[in-house]
Amino acid sequence: MEMRAVYAACLAEMMEKDPHVVVLDADLSGSHGTKKLYERFPNQAFNCGIAEQNMACVAAGLSTYGFKPWIESFTPFTTRRICDQIAISVCYADQNVKIVGSDPGITAQLNGGTHMSMEDIGVLRSIPNIVIVEPADTVQLRAAMEALDAYEHPAYLRLFRKELPVLFDENTYKFDLFKVDTMREGSDLTIFVSGFMTKDALDAAEILSKEGISCEVVNVHTIKPIDREGVIRAARKTGAVLDLDNHNVIGGLHSAVLEVLAAEKIPCSVVGVQDRFGEVGKLPYLREVMGMRLEDIVEAARKAVSLK
Amino acid sequence: MNWDLKEVSKDIRCDVLSSIAHVGVGHLGGSLSIVDVLTVLYFEAMKVNPQDPHMPGRDRFVCSKGHAGPAVYATLSRRGFFDRERLFVLNDGGAGMPSHCDMHIPGVDMTAGSLGQGFSCAVGMALGSRLEDDGATVYALLGDGESQEGQIWESAMFAASKKLDNLIAFTDYNKLQSDGTVAQINDLAPLGAKWAAFGWNVIDVASGNDVDEISAAVRQAKANRGSGKPTMVILNTVKGCGVQWIMDLGVASHSCNINEEQLKAAIAVIKGV
Repeated sequence: MEMRAVYAACLAEMMEKDPHVVVLDADLSGSHGTKKLYERFPNQAFNCGIAEQNMACVAAGLSTYGFKPWIESFTPFTTRRICDQIAISVCYADQNVKIVGSDPGITAQLNGGTHMSMEDIGVLRSIPNIVIVEPADTVQLRAAMEALDAYEHPAYLRLFRKELPVLFDENTYKFDLFKVDTMREGSDLTIFVSGFMTKDALDAAEILSKEGISCEVVNVHTIKPIDREGVIRAARKTGAVLDLDNHNVIGGLHSAVLEVLAAEKIPCSVVGVQDRFGEVGKLPYLREVMGMRLEDIVEAARKAVSLK
Repeated sequence: MNWDLKEVSKDIRCDVLSSIAHVGVGHLGGSLSIVDVLTVLYFEAMKVNPQDPHMPGRDRFVCSKGHAGPAVYATLSRRGFFDRERLFVLNDGGAGMPSHCDMHIPGVDMTAGSLGQGFSCAVGMALGSRLEDDGATVYALLGDGESQEGQIWESAMFAASKKLDNLIAFTDYNKLQSDGTVAQINDLAPLGAKWAAFGWNVIDVASGNDVDEISAAVRQAKANRGSGKPTMVILNTVKGCGVQWIMDLGVASHSCNINEEQLKAAIAVIKGV
């Protein structure tokens, strides 16, 4: 099932349960699977048109009235374009606004460089009072949305829209918004990852295990506030770190991990976007030009272990 | 309770001056130009409860030109939302009284300061009020310079499109901004025609510092509920209104100094003693 389908279904459930949950669009409800919510919940879905600044602040105004707005668009348009609105009317004013940015990093694919946000986490991470979450599959997405609904403060959901392999067991998965998920135990290298690259981390770990390299795979779904204890514990366990970051290596998950591990004498490597803009192409091409293919990750992991 | 609005506005003016004089410098011009509309709103038009600042169903007010916080605070304190002493810790570190509007202060409905945003928040409140069907009116006050922000016009379009006739906005049209006259910098004229073209009822108040004219305009704006259109009241105001030397500063009145001597003289003139 596509991530957006689960996202929209989860929103619909929340709207059904609570008339104060509302969704606001900037002319991209069709892209987020939420268009049908407009018919079903005419008093809980509002299209603001292509005017994201107004959308963010209307959401803040609704929040002062006790509503729980979710605003959505492609990643660059709900982050860098409205950074000041998020900083002042949402975070500084501490309003219960959930910001959804879809197609993060290179996953914008055919929309190309103009629609690729390599800096959204960095931009938002430097604003106080915001939680940043990037789910890795539909199970984690659903759990994250429920947790964010209960968390009555600003939050950003970094959403991959299309289908992703299911990595968590919906019957047994226990989500804690503020704790990392250890997905595979290992002893030679710790891989920190969030979002769609989580599957790559697990695949790389499998390949590396055949070479005798044992990887601990830690999913950092909540990049802010990062689970300091969990990150330090996992890094110390293996003594070497590799971060997988579908973001500029400046400012994203990698930076967040480095900040936590600054006092530790542990080598940290990264596979991510090397301070460059995006470009148009399909995911295999983009992974190749950005050095983010599975083989790049495996090679980076080997090097990371050798740095110990 | 019926208040003598002219007298109240004098008291508020004096408090604005005193509060800013405590700091020594501040947005005097644009604070004094809106005292009269604030007086009409809080002492006549608005349904508020100083004993219960978060009272459900209350009318809301957002001062989108957030730098005029001292005028909002002086009005709220006069109305009984908090002690007058609190005006005299304005901008003191740790006092929680930043001169840009802050919603942690009793009676302040929205934090504002980054121009253009407060108006959108007020539009969100008007939508919220309609969804809750609480009968409230949402008021917003915009600066004329602020109206150069693109976000103002995003909100103008949205409020009209959603038929938010429970929303009444004002423009403090004093025609001066920080760097010069509005006409020189980036002209808004014809301002009324712009709002009308965006689908708003427009009321032009020739003397935007006259409480009687403002009061009549607010009554007319309230009567527009049911028209399916929000209302913009354009207040032709004077920056620094009430204190001749501040008015004479013109553009420089946007942010200027005031010392104890100047304060005493200004209060004496306002009070007519």
